[in-house]
Amino acid sequence: MNENEQDQQMVWLFVLDRPYKVPAGLTIQDAMEYAGYKLTRGVGCRGGFCGACATVYRIEGQYQLKADLACQKVVEDGMHIVTIPFTPANKKQYDIDAPDMKADAGILLSYYPMVARCVSCNRCNNICPQELEVMEAMNAILQGDVERTARLMFDCIQCGLCSMRCPGEIPQFHIAQLARRLWGKYGESPDQMLTKRLGEITAGKFDEEYDTIMGAGREELQAMYDTRELKLA
Amino acid sequence: MAEAYPSYMSDSIRKVEASRSQRLQRDLTELKMPEEEHDSLLNRYHPDYRTEQFAEVRVGPNKGDVMPREIVKLLEAYPTVRPEEVNLDEIDYDVEVLIIGGGGGGTVAALWAVEQGIPPEKVLIVTKLRHGDANSLMAQGGTQAATAEEDSPVQHYLDTMGGGHFENKPELVKALTEEAPMIIEWHRELGVMYDRDENGNMMVFPGGGSSRKRLHCAEDYTGMEQMRVIRDQVRNLGIPVLEFTPAIELLTTPEGAVGGALLWNLDTHQYYVVWAKTTILSTGGFGRLHIQGFPTTNHYGATADGLVMAYRAGAKLRDMDSVQYHPTGAAYPQQILGLLITEKIRGLGGQPVNKEGEVFVFPLEPRDVEAARLIKECEDGKGMETPYGVQGIWLDTPLIDAIHGEGAFARAFPSIARLYKRHDIDPTEFPILVYPTLHYQNGGIEINGNTESSTQGLLAAGEVSGGVHGKNRLMGNSTLDYNVFGRRAGIQAAERAQESIEVGELTLDHARRYTADLEQAGIDKSKKSPLILPEYRGKRTLNRLLDFPL
Repeated sequence: MNENEQDQQMVWLFVLDRPYKVPAGLTIQDAMEYAGYKLTRGVGCRGGFCGACATVYRIEGQYQLKADLACQKVVEDGMHIVTIPFTPANKKQYDIDAPDMKADAGILLSYYPMVARCVSCNRCNNICPQELEVMEAMNAILQGDVERTARLMFDCIQCGLCSMRCPGEIPQFHIAQLARRLWGKYGESPDQMLTKRLGEITAGKFDEEYDTIMGAGREELQAMYDTRELKLA
Repeated sequence: MAEAYPSYMSDSIRKVEASRSQRLQRDLTELKMPEEEHDSLLNRYHPDYRTEQFAEVRVGPNKGDVMPREIVKLLEAYPTVRPEEVNLDEIDYDVEVLIIGGGGGGTVAALWAVEQGIPPEKVLIVTKLRHGDANSLMAQGGTQAATAEEDSPVQHYLDTMGGGHFENKPELVKALTEEAPMIIEWHRELGVMYDRDENGNMMVFPGGGSSRKRLHCAEDYTGMEQMRVIRDQVRNLGIPVLEFTPAIELLTTPEGAVGGALLWNLDTHQYYVVWAKTTILSTGGFGRLHIQGFPTTNHYGATADGLVMAYRAGAKLRDMDSVQYHPTGAAYPQQILGLLITEKIRGLGGQPVNKEGEVFVFPLEPRDVEAARLIKECEDGKGMETPYGVQGIWLDTPLIDAIHGEGAFARAFPSIARLYKRHDIDPTEFPILVYPTLHYQNGGIEINGNTESSTQGLLAAGEVSGGVHGKNRLMGNSTLDYNVFGRRAGIQAAERAQESIEVGELTLDHARRYTADLEQAGIDKSKKSPLILPEYRGKRTLNRLLDFPL
């Protein structure tokens, strides 16, 4: 990292209200490290997939409280930040194989009745760093559409910011997890080709071919590989 | 365009746009490099062949083997904890199975150990970050499983062996390929949502080095979808997980078998002692070592701790001279340097194009060949240079919508679209700049088909293990690897639970012996490992550090 401040534009970042001058253009996470923090909490994949680095911020002179992922969001001048390394929210335990489980909104409501407390305030949508339609996903449960909930929340990284902001105390990210599993298991049908292939494997259809190919010498194997036909269309 | 890219790139982008329709019509299999030319290309351009970047290990089970310098430095380092500092007689956790690493491999192992009859409370998952914050969750492209009519598990075997330069361990590749369809079915029954076509059939996609369409995807969030489902299942079963608690050393019996581990609380800095009949290492790979200075696609904790601990306990490693550089890491803008741009983009028709607007490579070569070819193109002066000196090749992403219709890119690659949108680049309008990035540890702890290492009581699964992928892993075989061998590790641990295995006294004798070996080899005593987390703090802070007890 270039530490020659004369050569680069610097901005003020306030970490838990302590001011640091950091190079413009860094992500919040990189800027904290530049400032000297060894990150052990509020950090994970550093690629926008794990949801560990939810961070709440406010820009000096503005009134809104905003939030984003520290590994993705680029610092702004006068940014006051606090990372939220953990979201206390209740996840229900359930047996996905239980006989009464099905792709039905009633199941979701029985585990998470607080869905009905949604006041349509839109705060979950506003705070979601993935820009998901969280509120619509919750409303879809009330309309009985599990698939819509599952699909609207498919890109959820489970950072938990929605539930932290929700006046109805709804743990949207946990509810969406159950919705996706119910849809994946009970909404979609078994795959015919997959079922067929599993039967073939069990019946030993490929045993002989495996014996042959595993018995082949390296040169023979190389020749088979080099001359194999590509069927990618 | 001016907002998306620096103005000096405009001419080059126009050339990419001008050649697009012509390239779209072209059959690119004609660019496929003859197999006999692979070796000379790799030799000259693949980072694994820069001999000055490698060194011989001077101690331990692989003494004399050549590995990347960054790995050698960690293996030739002294244990962070001194045996006299800890009391191993006081056991904090007494379990059947200790699983070190909370990514895909460890999570799958836990589920199958319980499935096979071990009570959930007798399993313990420990992890240095949060449960699931791992490379498994960052996998975008998909999972290979030969389910298509024109495909077969044996064809998958052939592709995998060839991709690995026939250095893979055959019994592991058979397990990988034969059990792949079963894994997809297991996921389906758990509720994983794979991509389906309009008739509800699972879709399969092509990947580099594969001769059939075999990838099962969940948009470009395949790893995340798998990981959050199996993690949810662990939570439903009540399997205990210790987060922010890395293992810092394995513990061994006087006979030399592994019987647990020493853990360290990242928040309070206290240690814990775990007694376990079976220990499963699923600590993942080494991307955060930044081998040869490469940026990486890997998560923050990918620092090869498992390799270091296992090696000290006598476990043999293999194929450690082989590193995977993903052909397409982000090269621009700087904030996302090295992040993964999934191969699935090339699978759906995306083409690597040089600054002159020419497509110069078959987009779906095996990863090492594709990466070496991109490096060659840049070294030949046909790369696009970024303002910070890094070279890049255009990946022509607007082709996706041109081939599959408007909206196709957004549907198939929502995570990539998000990544670039933050920096005002729309990949459906403009190509993106890519360059090879450090992605995967091809080798690792040598295992057999039951995931047993050469050390008693120690199993390994996933990226930390070696042999499955030989010298080069194919796309879609890593998520498959952690599922197949995580499952086998869990089953093996459950079988061991049935046996009357006496663990007995726990010691750090192996660490003492290893320390003596290091001293005898005259190795600098200031070096310590495992690393646990990489060092990214600014120099000004590091130069002024004072460590006072508070």
